[in-house]
Amino acid sequence: MFQEAIPDTSGYMIAGYAVAFIVMGIYVLSLYLRKSNLNRDAETLESLQTESKPKSAKKK
Amino acid sequence: MQPKPVALKILDVVSIIVLAVSTYLALVFAPTELVMGNVQRVFYFHIGTAWVGLLGFIVAALAGIIYLIKKDMKWDRFEVAAVEVSTMFFFITIVLGSIWARPAWNTWWTWDVRLTTAAITELIYIAYFMLRQGIEDPEKRARFGAVYTLLGGISAPITFMVIRLFQSIHPVVIGAANENQDKLAMTPDMRIAFFFALFAFTIIFIDLMWHRIRLSVLQEKVEQLKLNVSM
Repeated sequence: MFQEAIPDTSGYMIAGYAVAFIVMGIYVLSLYLRKSNLNRDAETLESLQTESKPKSAKKK
Repeated sequence: MQPKPVALKILDVVSIIVLAVSTYLALVFAPTELVMGNVQRVFYFHIGTAWVGLLGFIVAALAGIIYLIKKDMKWDRFEVAAVEVSTMFFFITIVLGSIWARPAWNTWWTWDVRLTTAAITELIYIAYFMLRQGIEDPEKRARFGAVYTLLGGISAPITFMVIRLFQSIHPVVIGAANENQDKLAMTPDMRIAFFFALFAFTIIFIDLMWHRIRLSVLQEKVEQLKLNVSM
């Protein structure tokens, strides 16, 4: 008539925490990858900018 | 890019520590709930992520107002960071709620008022990024984004209040639905895990927002360099 034992819902708990950590992990990874790509772009663009400066100086 | 500030490095370490402690409190320290069993433990992260999720949407709305007044792009960066981090956390909230609902309600999802408003809120902020991607001009993008978050921000208090105003199967944890119930129906150990989860996710939220703001600064720098090179 009354509930005697605590139901075993551990599988759901594990799934929940796995999802939470995976989503947070993916977000942190996306921040890291976006930062790395932007840093690489910035370096390339800065080198292009310094290369183009002497050329424009020669033209003058 | 500017080197990472010492304060941010400290905040990174603190975030990892509080996340670990919060996980310990939720999984080990807090007692097992007698009716639902261990699945009730997802409640601590469910509430923690919901708190920072809804808080971030309010913060984004406030940043939008300040941007519209001051026209300073730093508030646009602040707004984007708040929305992005909150959307991620609120997604976790919805998934954890769904996982809890399966053994508790015998269904993964039901169109209850709380679940519906939560899903709408999440979709509003996913659409925010689609809106921003469709606008080329940075100032126009910031202006539209600010107005959008201002209107979208209304969904946060609605989502919070809806179970107190309408009939819902979703439990009311903070501030019971009727006067006969306890205002915070938890044992003292559960309360420790609960309040620490709120604290931990607030710290993690601030940390991630700071990282996201720095990413926006770098994005703007790259866009400026692209303009310089193309000229």
